[in-house]
Amino acid sequence: MQSIISARNLDLVFQTADGPVHALNNVTLDIGKGEFVSFIGPSGCGKTTFLRVIADLEKPTGGSISVNGMTPEKAREARAYGYVFQAAALYPWRTIEKNIALPLEIMGIAKTEQSERIKRTLALVNLTGFEKKFPWQLSGGMQQRASIARALAFDADLLLMDEPFGALDEIVRDHLNEQLLELWARTNKTICFVTHSIPEAVYLSTKIVVMSPRPGRVTDIIESTLPKERPLDIRESPEFLAIAARVRDGLRAGHSYED
Amino acid sequence: MIAKLPWQSWLALALSVIAAISLPIMSTAPGYGAPVTLSLFGLILVGAATPVLARSAVVEAIVMFVAAHGAAWLLISGITGHEGEATRAFFLLVATAWLLAWRLATVLSAMKPRSREAGWALKLIVPAIFGVWILIIWEAVTRGAGIPFILLPPPSAIGAKFAANLPILAADVRQTIFKAVIAGYAIGCVSGFAVAILADRFLFLRRGLMPIGNMVSALPIIGVAPIMVMWFGFDWQSKAAVVVIMTFFPMLVNTVAGLSAAGHMERDLMRTYAADYWQTLVKLRLPAAMPFIFNALKINSTLALIGAIVAEFFGTPVVGMGFRISTEVGRMNVDMVWAEIAVAALAGSIFYGVLALIERAVTFWHPSVRGG
Repeated sequence: MQSIISARNLDLVFQTADGPVHALNNVTLDIGKGEFVSFIGPSGCGKTTFLRVIADLEKPTGGSISVNGMTPEKAREARAYGYVFQAAALYPWRTIEKNIALPLEIMGIAKTEQSERIKRTLALVNLTGFEKKFPWQLSGGMQQRASIARALAFDADLLLMDEPFGALDEIVRDHLNEQLLELWARTNKTICFVTHSIPEAVYLSTKIVVMSPRPGRVTDIIESTLPKERPLDIRESPEFLAIAARVRDGLRAGHSYED
Repeated sequence: MIAKLPWQSWLALALSVIAAISLPIMSTAPGYGAPVTLSLFGLILVGAATPVLARSAVVEAIVMFVAAHGAAWLLISGITGHEGEATRAFFLLVATAWLLAWRLATVLSAMKPRSREAGWALKLIVPAIFGVWILIIWEAVTRGAGIPFILLPPPSAIGAKFAANLPILAADVRQTIFKAVIAGYAIGCVSGFAVAILADRFLFLRRGLMPIGNMVSALPIIGVAPIMVMWFGFDWQSKAAVVVIMTFFPMLVNTVAGLSAAGHMERDLMRTYAADYWQTLVKLRLPAAMPFIFNALKINSTLALIGAIVAEFFGTPVVGMGFRISTEVGRMNVDMVWAEIAVAALAGSIFYGVLALIERAVTFWHPSVRGG
């Protein structure tokens, strides 16, 4: 499998007023093309930081990382990835379609092509008919779907998602998880997904990266044995529960809750 | 049935009884005469009783309106020409009419109009009644108590002066507002905005310029105005210069603050698109800064007017609002001063109102405008 992201002995130390914080310590990881990788761990384990390093929103202080065979900075400038944040971060003065047009405008894509892509990505996240609405007129779940559409609009092969469904309720979350899997199967993108929900990680991923804090490090990497086709009730199967148990063990082994 | 009378009616009835005991309304002959006095009491009685007699709120409001304003009109037209001769009965009756107007405003405020147009009309009528009653009480007190003209002229005299001097007032507005204020405001706001962008782009400007700008804004206008007159001459250019100095800094500070109003996530988003500085500025940071920029525009609209008028005290051609105020005060023409004050208030309100409307259209998305 072709490796999209390859990190070697990655280190990141934040200098804060209370002294240095070791956000990432010696992280070595390969992510192949078309994989769905979840990063799971308690807060402070560096999962979001790792995603931000891939996105060139943070600079590592040691080790090396390549994205699409380039440095993260070059990859960002080549618009190699779409990033979905914890909140929808839609611009309130733009309608939904204008929000999705935002990256297309910045990348200088022709107007006709823009409207075609808006139409296509809105259909992909089931938001057709909401083009002219403003973000604050939609529910939280719909806003987050619109932000996913925005990340898909410019058709990057890599999708980075930082706890995108963390603020949503269980039912909406289940629904969006299902839709996300469907979308992944249809588009064959590589997805990196940060979460702190064990069922979500196991349900979605082909690979689960378990992390632990102080310093932020990888404690376990689990290759999922679940089939690619995953109905919601797969979450009651023994195979699913076995993987979930291993994730839980991995989290416990990191002594993440001792203090 | 009587028990359902609102307290304003009770108080109005009580006051009118005391007024009836302390008749006459005027201390000297010829007085108000029996027909006028009777119709005054009749209007007040009808007005006070309508809350229980009227079938609907609309009828009640109409009767109240006629009663309160009819009584006020009778009282004021009776005392005109006999200033200072009002007795206690006069002021009691003014208070009574005012209570009826209070009740009227209460009834109107409680109305739930069905159509949008009626809603808009109500929104205008209630504050209009408030404003009119400030003028009525002002008129009644100045005339009734015979307050010296030089201290406080009655609004009717100011209105007459206003109407008789429209060409002079128009020339003053042209000189002060259309030349000095507009030019100074435009230059001050645009340059404040432009410097804010530069200060945002270049750190050394932000570090170096902001404290100096702060100092400039603290300069007393009384000191700056004569210097500007020496630099830029007696005509409107020197007043515009004062306005520029007054409006520059609020715009600079507000824009700089507004440019950092966009959230971290929204900025990171722009970074993930590899957007350059100007794209981020135009598509994210300026729209997010708009509430701040409009704050500055609104603050500056009043500052500009004050600045231009005060600056005209320090040398001006023989036209302009500030010039008129300073000379007419010297000539004891207080009504003309008040007419200029009214013009300034009117112009300032229109200026501010237009800006507020544009603000609503531009920052429609902001929680303070969209409501929630």
